[in-house]
Amino acid sequence: MTNRSLLALVLAALINCGLAIGPSLAVQPDEMLDDPQLEATARHISKQLRCVVCQNQSLDDSDAGVAKDMRLKVRELLVQGQDEASIKQYFVDRYGDYVLLKPPFDWRTAPLWLLPIILLAIAGFGLAVALRRRGRGGAQQGPAPLDASEQARLDAMLQEDSQP
Amino acid sequence: MNRWLFFAPLAIFVVLLAVWAWGLNDKRDPNALPSQLIDKAMPVFALPDLAGSGSPSLATSDLDDGQVKLLNFFASWCVPCRIEHPHLTTLAKEAKLPVHGIAWKDKPEDALAWLQALGNPYTRIGVDEFNKVGLDFGTTGVPETFIVDQQGRVRYRHQGPLDPLIINETIIPLVLALRAEEKS
Repeated sequence: MTNRSLLALVLAALINCGLAIGPSLAVQPDEMLDDPQLEATARHISKQLRCVVCQNQSLDDSDAGVAKDMRLKVRELLVQGQDEASIKQYFVDRYGDYVLLKPPFDWRTAPLWLLPIILLAIAGFGLAVALRRRGRGGAQQGPAPLDASEQARLDAMLQEDSQP
Repeated sequence: MNRWLFFAPLAIFVVLLAVWAWGLNDKRDPNALPSQLIDKAMPVFALPDLAGSGSPSLATSDLDDGQVKLLNFFASWCVPCRIEHPHLTTLAKEAKLPVHGIAWKDKPEDALAWLQALGNPYTRIGVDEFNKVGLDFGTTGVPETFIVDQQGRVRYRHQGPLDPLIINETIIPLVLALRAEEKS
């Protein structure tokens, strides 16, 4: 492969990445509000709401017809003067917590949020108990040190061995 | 303390088994989106009629007749609706159940042509071309069917086409139970 074609390949890859992380293409120009600030709020809200037919895309990313209807509803409610919280509530009332991309913390989602912490605590406790037991056991179970007469016999043996 | 720890792995395993058994249960659909309307009053709406269909228009006030009824979202572009259509027709006829239709995100002329080709099982029809009422019902697609009780409360929602199994094992028993509820 020549240097030039390699360069072309790298450039193509860069352009592709740029498109992938570029602005969302789902929101059509005719949906947008004239007021740029309200439109920005609408985009901010629809990024947090889940498209109900495409599982894991936000309203902002989805080309589905229902997602478009929901985006228009977000804008309609904004123009009526509703705030972010009440607009999200509007959709939760109709589609449930499912419609929120970030699930709220309540008794049903508590295991989801807390289980990793609880498991880590149990593992840490188990490790601490095991380590402490091993440390204590090592001091108790090791062979007793030699007393003076035993040491003298050992020294004598070693000396005998080292002489030819 | 030591004896307790000895049984801990077994206890954890039993808990995991329970979670796995729950996850493997084939009656559980992880993609199901339960309706938020169950046991609540149906949303207030008033939809224009489908001109030429012979069915009058559909509004909440029309449904205040103290009868159990079915509300069915359909569209001419929806293939599962075509599969559902004969079963819905049979159900309306044989169960003597008022079935009302909402033409969802569909051009009126297309919905009309569809009904003229396949037959019109609906007592009343409302046209919801721009998904205004669909949003209030938490509709995610078509076909979608709601059972509304005598007091105008939504009691059941089914997403996807009705088939004889669902009709005979769920819809009809529920309708009969709701009618009995009223009498007692």
